[in-house]
Amino acid sequence: MVETLRIGCGAGFQGDRLEPALVLAEHGKLDYLMLECLAERTIALAQLRRLNDPAAGYDALLERRMTGLLPLIKQNGVRIVTNMGAANPIAGAQAIVALAKKLGLTVRVAALTGDAVLDLLDPNQNVLETGEPLSSIGPLLSANAYLGVEEMLPAMESGADIILTGRVADPSLALAPLAHEFGWSIDDIDRFARGTVVGHLLECAGQLTGGYYADPGKKDVPNMARLGFPFADVDADGNATFSKVAGTGGRIDRMTATEQLLYEVTDPNAYLTPDITADFTEVQIMETEPDTIAVTGGRGRKRPETLKVSVGYHAGYIGEGEISYGGENCVARAKLAGEIVAERLRGQFQELRVDILGITGLHTRPMSVGDYNPYEVRLRVAGRSTDRQKAALVGEEVETLWTNGPAGGGGARKSTQEQIGIVSCLLARAKVKPQVTVFET
Amino acid sequence: MKRKLYDLAHARAGDKGNTTILSLIAYKAEDFALLRERVTPQAVKRHFAGIIKGEIVRYELPGLGALQFVGQDALGGGVTTSLAIDVHGKSLSAALLEMEIEA
Repeated sequence: MVETLRIGCGAGFQGDRLEPALVLAEHGKLDYLMLECLAERTIALAQLRRLNDPAAGYDALLERRMTGLLPLIKQNGVRIVTNMGAANPIAGAQAIVALAKKLGLTVRVAALTGDAVLDLLDPNQNVLETGEPLSSIGPLLSANAYLGVEEMLPAMESGADIILTGRVADPSLALAPLAHEFGWSIDDIDRFARGTVVGHLLECAGQLTGGYYADPGKKDVPNMARLGFPFADVDADGNATFSKVAGTGGRIDRMTATEQLLYEVTDPNAYLTPDITADFTEVQIMETEPDTIAVTGGRGRKRPETLKVSVGYHAGYIGEGEISYGGENCVARAKLAGEIVAERLRGQFQELRVDILGITGLHTRPMSVGDYNPYEVRLRVAGRSTDRQKAALVGEEVETLWTNGPAGGGGARKSTQEQIGIVSCLLARAKVKPQVTVFET
Repeated sequence: MKRKLYDLAHARAGDKGNTTILSLIAYKAEDFALLRERVTPQAVKRHFAGIIKGEIVRYELPGLGALQFVGQDALGGGVTTSLAIDVHGKSLSAALLEMEIEA
């Protein structure tokens, strides 16, 4: 058995940069490379694409990411674990095999399916967020259960170079290789808790290494243009040190890691995944060398009985319009412009949001003490409708401000976008039927 | 003397549905006690009046020098249906650091 396993994270969201994963695969001396590319809404959008084209629905950047990575992982013996299968892991695996053939490489890809559970849900069951029945929220589009290590292990054992999943819990992308390589059992609570801390710290990639951290003069991060992504060296008990490839940009220390450890954690005593109820409250982060931290102290309790399911539904359309004003009295002109649009659209939208970007856009009001006198501001109006054409009226009315509004408006833009809503519900684990299908060149 | 949280701590915001999660982390370990005393859930609720509309729960993480605030009904219905420009409420971290405390 290996003494330590090195896992890198080469993507922290669907549109993440391609370069850091290449750097990790080439110079990182990795055993595993995880790529986390599937936010809640991303999978519903992928399902929309699959409805239009049965061969689509896997991650839109899959081929671009794999074109660079395939030669490197074959050369260096790195296995990839990724949720880039999105709404169609089978088609994604076939696409990787086709790409490998084109590149003259051999590859083995294991596709994990079974997370798509729309047919297994009861329309009368409650939405977690609101307590209302599922049937009341509008046309359902997709439902994906968060699978975990137990469901992923057969794929890990298949010997595949690439394990391609749909919806799995993000930290499981790291925990599954650990459980597989070290032979941790599903009910090994302490090791699963520590491995989940590792996965959670890695899952947002650059957010551990100084991405989303910099504040010039206050919290400086070197060479952000070449921000490197993290890897973890994990021992057989789940204790880990984290670092990044020498020469890459960014920083990793107690401060960057604390921000990431707590990121999106609704209860630090009970971070729920399909694998564990993790407790982060006793986690310790120690700086051991420059850009290197040691992390210990993850604890846990039994995993939840049920799986969380993320349900996507059609939520209508959002129409937006924007136009800018500058110079003396610009705020008053932007406010007048907003009042004009609101008056013209009166009674047509349940909710119309009118903002002066520069003053109210982010927080509805300035949160600081003291006066604001911006040199320029931008009016933004947004409204939602179940009807695309009606939603488009918002942007159209903002555009008419060119010749029908206050003086000096410039840079008008309009857009109308389909909205996918997401809610959650629970599903008994036994109802899910995970399946692994292996494809080879 | 009033001091801005910006001078004492750093912050990151995350989201789950219509819930905002705000981490407040002391730069210096010795400032954590002051943050714990002054940055109460009630004070944060007042600071975010009209923005975080539901309950705010605070978790204390002394080992990390951090406080974690979880605020309900904070994101205009949540990332997928909000009409706001920052649907995730990611920028609320900066709003938290604008808060002033007696120090």
